[in-house]
Amino acid sequence: MYKYDTYDQQMVDNRVEEFRDQVKRRLAGQITEDQFKPLRLMNGLYLQLHAYMLRVAIPYGTLDSRQMRMLAHIARKYDRDYGHFTTRQNIQFNWIKLEDTPDILAELATVEMHAIQTSGNCIRNISADQYAGAAADEVADPRIWAELLRQWSSFHPEFTYLPRKFKICVIGADEDRAAMRLHDIGIQMVMRDGVLGGRIHVGGGMGRTPMIAPEIRDFVPADDLLSYLEACLRVYNRYGRRDNIYKARIKILVHEIGADEYRRQVEEEFIAVKALGLDPPQAEFERITQMFADPAFVADDGTAVDRSDPDFALWLDQNVKPHKQPGYAIVNISLKPQGGIPGDATSAQIDLMADLGERYSFDELRVTHAQNIVLPHVRQADLYTVWQQLDAAGLAPANLDLISDIIACPGLDYCSLANARSIPLAQKITERFADPARQRDIGELKLKISGCINACGHHHAGHIGILGVDKKGTENFQLSLGGSGAEDVSLGKITGPGFDEDGVVDAVERVTETYLGLREEGERFLDTYRRVGMAPFKEAIYG
Amino acid sequence: MKLLTGNDLPSGDVVWWTGQGWSRHVEDAVDVGDQGEAILRAEEGARRVNVPYVIDATLTPEGPRPAHIKDRIRALGPTVRPDLTLKPADPNAGSWVI
Repeated sequence: MYKYDTYDQQMVDNRVEEFRDQVKRRLAGQITEDQFKPLRLMNGLYLQLHAYMLRVAIPYGTLDSRQMRMLAHIARKYDRDYGHFTTRQNIQFNWIKLEDTPDILAELATVEMHAIQTSGNCIRNISADQYAGAAADEVADPRIWAELLRQWSSFHPEFTYLPRKFKICVIGADEDRAAMRLHDIGIQMVMRDGVLGGRIHVGGGMGRTPMIAPEIRDFVPADDLLSYLEACLRVYNRYGRRDNIYKARIKILVHEIGADEYRRQVEEEFIAVKALGLDPPQAEFERITQMFADPAFVADDGTAVDRSDPDFALWLDQNVKPHKQPGYAIVNISLKPQGGIPGDATSAQIDLMADLGERYSFDELRVTHAQNIVLPHVRQADLYTVWQQLDAAGLAPANLDLISDIIACPGLDYCSLANARSIPLAQKITERFADPARQRDIGELKLKISGCINACGHHHAGHIGILGVDKKGTENFQLSLGGSGAEDVSLGKITGPGFDEDGVVDAVERVTETYLGLREEGERFLDTYRRVGMAPFKEAIYG
Repeated sequence: MKLLTGNDLPSGDVVWWTGQGWSRHVEDAVDVGDQGEAILRAEEGARRVNVPYVIDATLTPEGPRPAHIKDRIRALGPTVRPDLTLKPADPNAGSWVI
């Protein structure tokens, strides 16, 4: 786990008191909303449809039980007894009062958390593979580099007013579980000739102009990584468009000048930056690395997991993943119950997950971009006990990566930017596909729903994606097929005219039925779609 | 008809202009006609409301109903959590929203 040093704690504590004074002045009428808005956004406080919303940063989705319990406490004391885990591995509280916000931030600071840089045109919370430090296929632990980037980007004076928001993702395995190439910068840590470094992709993103980040450098030695990223950001900060908010993201710059020209400018800038001595000394690397040392795993006694409980066996097969350490497993807690709200958890559920993380996972939990929770290091001998407790709390849907494991943004039920409701659609689809056997027969199918073009629900990357739009004052839904946020990254293509809410649920069903009729041995939905193309699906939907 | 709406500054709650002040219930809202912008400026200046704006609405026997779905959802609460709306005990309270 990351640990604040005295600088971190002092910076966060100072920011809390600064914001307390700003809130006081706003409530006293000494500053206007126009003056106050950028200040509250710098502290993660939005004004949404029904109330203020506070977005709390969870660095690279990693937190311990003490922090998780604090989130439950905030939900219980200051909100309406629940929180919403987001596609940026953060959490949002939907019913916050402005006057309570300084106290909430002060409470968060006691557990090394804050809401800084969860909004605004700055470097946002760094995201990472949720299986970091646990995955059997990991080359390097991405948390070490994500932590280095957290320290570098926090309050970075040069990058506080970028042309637009900036999102960085780090992974350390060939399997991409974090949609790495759909970030402004996506880094894959790799080994080359015994040297650790990063493969750098720049200019990806979703939103109204989705783009897959091109590779800008196939290998940057770890010792140069920070300088190289500084150069990437400097070129963007200098030439990114500030005249048009819709063309201000780095993906537009890279696209407009071309990856080769952007690379040339970055390499030139890198030479200048490297001379500044920005990259940390070896001792700092080692200090950070120690924060993420393996926990004290115990030796595998070779006992096989008892699969005699059929419900447990289903969960085991679907939600539990291989661990690098023999005798251990990675547990995925699905926050996608049938008819539920994707990503929502009550304070009691958050507390329970904290308890399980503390007792059975070396005090570690992770938030995934798919709005689920991970217990990264669970002994296989404890899996049944963990499952029983999750199941009793409604936290054991055995549906990871199945059609009911839907990513959905808050949509028009909460969000002031949304054009359509995402959550009711997710609920209807999970009801339509309620039969677990049917879900398993369909197999891996990542369905993602956004309530507006900003694409917080990652619809462009959905095997099936749904985008809600406003059509003359009524909700309308566009369907797209063939997207992927994984290592086989691709952007979905729109099927054709949109549907009303019930119509799009029917269309999703026709798409899955078509797939079942066309698939060949071992094919996922995405594989079949890529083999046969759009035509048979379009015919099934509109024919 | 035209309604004036915004959010309460300290709490963020959705509020509606009643002619005398602000209410959390859209049923209390009054037609502001062409006076919306003037009321808006005065009330925002006095910090009695945050981010106010004028919307189109229809007068029904049950009271004013905002024209746009976004404002109808604002008027009652999230459609997916009836327990968190202004009328949690009334299962039909949201029948006019969608």
